[in-house]
Amino acid sequence: MAEITLIEGLRQAMDEELARDERVFIVGEDVGPRGGVFRATLGLFDKYGPKRVIDSPLAELSIIGVGIGAALYGLRPICEIQFADFIHPAFNQIVNEAAKLCYRSNGEWTVPMVIRAPYGGGIGGGLYHSQSLEAFFTHVPGLKVVIPSNPHDAKGLLKSAVRDPNPVLFLEPKKGYRLIRGEVPEGGDLLVPIGPARVSRSGADVSVFAYGMMHHYCLQAAEAVAADGIQAEVIDLRTLLPIDKAAILASVRKTGKALIVHEDNLTGGYGAEIAALLANDAFTDLDAPVRRLAGPDVPAVPFSHPMQDWFMPNTEKIAAAIRDLAAY
Amino acid sequence: MSLPPPPLLDLYRVMLLARRLDERAWVLHRQGKIAFHISGIGQEAAQVGAAFALERGKDWFAPYYRDLALMLALGLTPLEFVLGLMGKQGEPSSGARQMPSHWSLRRANVVSHSSPVATQAPHAAGIGLAIKLRGDGAVVLTTIGEGSTSQGEWYEAVNWAATHKLPVIFMVENNVYAISVRQDLQMAVEHVAEKAAGLGLPGVIVDGLDPVEVYRVVGEAAARARRGDGPTVIEAKVSRMTPHSSDDDDRSYRPRDEVEAMKARDPLVLFHQRLLADRALTEAQDAGLQDEVKGVIEAAVAEAESAPYPAADEASHPVYVEDVRHG
Repeated sequence: MAEITLIEGLRQAMDEELARDERVFIVGEDVGPRGGVFRATLGLFDKYGPKRVIDSPLAELSIIGVGIGAALYGLRPICEIQFADFIHPAFNQIVNEAAKLCYRSNGEWTVPMVIRAPYGGGIGGGLYHSQSLEAFFTHVPGLKVVIPSNPHDAKGLLKSAVRDPNPVLFLEPKKGYRLIRGEVPEGGDLLVPIGPARVSRSGADVSVFAYGMMHHYCLQAAEAVAADGIQAEVIDLRTLLPIDKAAILASVRKTGKALIVHEDNLTGGYGAEIAALLANDAFTDLDAPVRRLAGPDVPAVPFSHPMQDWFMPNTEKIAAAIRDLAAY
Repeated sequence: MSLPPPPLLDLYRVMLLARRLDERAWVLHRQGKIAFHISGIGQEAAQVGAAFALERGKDWFAPYYRDLALMLALGLTPLEFVLGLMGKQGEPSSGARQMPSHWSLRRANVVSHSSPVATQAPHAAGIGLAIKLRGDGAVVLTTIGEGSTSQGEWYEAVNWAATHKLPVIFMVENNVYAISVRQDLQMAVEHVAEKAAGLGLPGVIVDGLDPVEVYRVVGEAAARARRGDGPTVIEAKVSRMTPHSSDDDDRSYRPRDEVEAMKARDPLVLFHQRLLADRALTEAQDAGLQDEVKGVIEAAVAEAESAPYPAADEASHPVYVEDVRHG
């Protein structure tokens, strides 16, 4: 076992999948000799050449649209959107095309494509390098939406995404790219299945649901409240669409209390879906109202640090929310 | 590599079939037997000329909704079209999920398109990229109306294809109207083909009422693409001889004398007269073709009318590839 960073996990996944399957190729802005602005594809251009690692024009909708066409022809594109904030020009291609092609052709045409996009705030990126926008896409049947929280899952889920026959939106917590380290098996063929959530810390008092960077902070918060005798159970959702209802319900049936944490803003966010699920399927199991800790309902994360800090959920805010819920 | 002479009678037969089938769709709509039709009348020559210039079975297609004649040339059957008009079981493009004339035909390398216009253009660029990466020597044709070339998606797709020298033919079927809006409110250039200059690829104008000319021009573009010299924009000047769709009435925006002048240059009539004058077609042959086409269409309509609708729960799938059920 070697300890690597989250972004190294992503790079290893792409390296292994490029080597495994000649249909796989990477396309996006600056992914070639530059290795991506975050270095996710560093070294892959030199190793696999310009036919497998392709610098696209600076035009997001056609990165996705061209990827769709190549997937229809039988290739397996990994499309990189440089920042999730820039994905909106491609919204039509993702929502109206990639997600609907299987259904609208009655299965005649499919889109085996991965869209990688770094998301999330707390990195001084301001409104347009900080967004979390998973909720736009978890509303779209036909897509799969995956968010890893650690190097192991980043590698194993990305490899699974490349092999998935459906379009997969793979959102990467960019603040955690180098911050989050973890052990990943060397060699072998590490595959983490798309779909199942994971109990990353077991506890009996409060269920805490999160993904990506917020999951990292939730683990820290759970550790902090343990000193007060509160046993928080932390669930890393990992795959947001399709939703792992069984794992969510199983945890709440044990604890009776649920806190959902995401940095995407509150209203219409992914936490609302979990809250609705719990209200419908776990009503009699609940001992307290379902709580959500989310980004505030302002358009996006501001640049200046005090305002950014005001926006972002963090370990202290999460710990306070857990304590509050535990005391209910 | 020069293209063989066009198979004139085959071109004519498909143009005739497309026209009569399209006319039958309008009748079915007036009879209340179908809910919607979007017509390709006046654009058949361009579509058929393009289809016959390509290697059917090898080349790929990303069409748009007016391409009935193109689809028939690629092997869509009249029955399959009418099943689509009626939303009946067995419709091959979408299993009757999409509106009529939203083409897809896997067996003919025709990829599925949607209703938001120009979305198919980047798909064609992606297919072209895949063809180039695989070294398969195929070509992809994508078609579009002139109004839809206002979309960013079209520019991005053409730019991609030109930059990467992809084997794509962007054929614009310019019928001057985008529903009610004339070309001069879509673009500042007189010809769509002029847009190609700014994107670094050839832009060719062709008389879209002449299937032989379109056959020649598309054949040249295909040869260029197969040589590795990249994409071509082809602007086929065609006529929209009907309102936009069965839900449109063009009298509020279209002068009647313009429509009459257009009908005087009906591409089917022009080609018919030319074939007769050139003795490529006899009156007796023509009568035989007319009868054959009429019979094929009547049989298709009868069979489609008696065909069942899909079961309601067909609507539940396939959202994901794992849900695909092929019987």
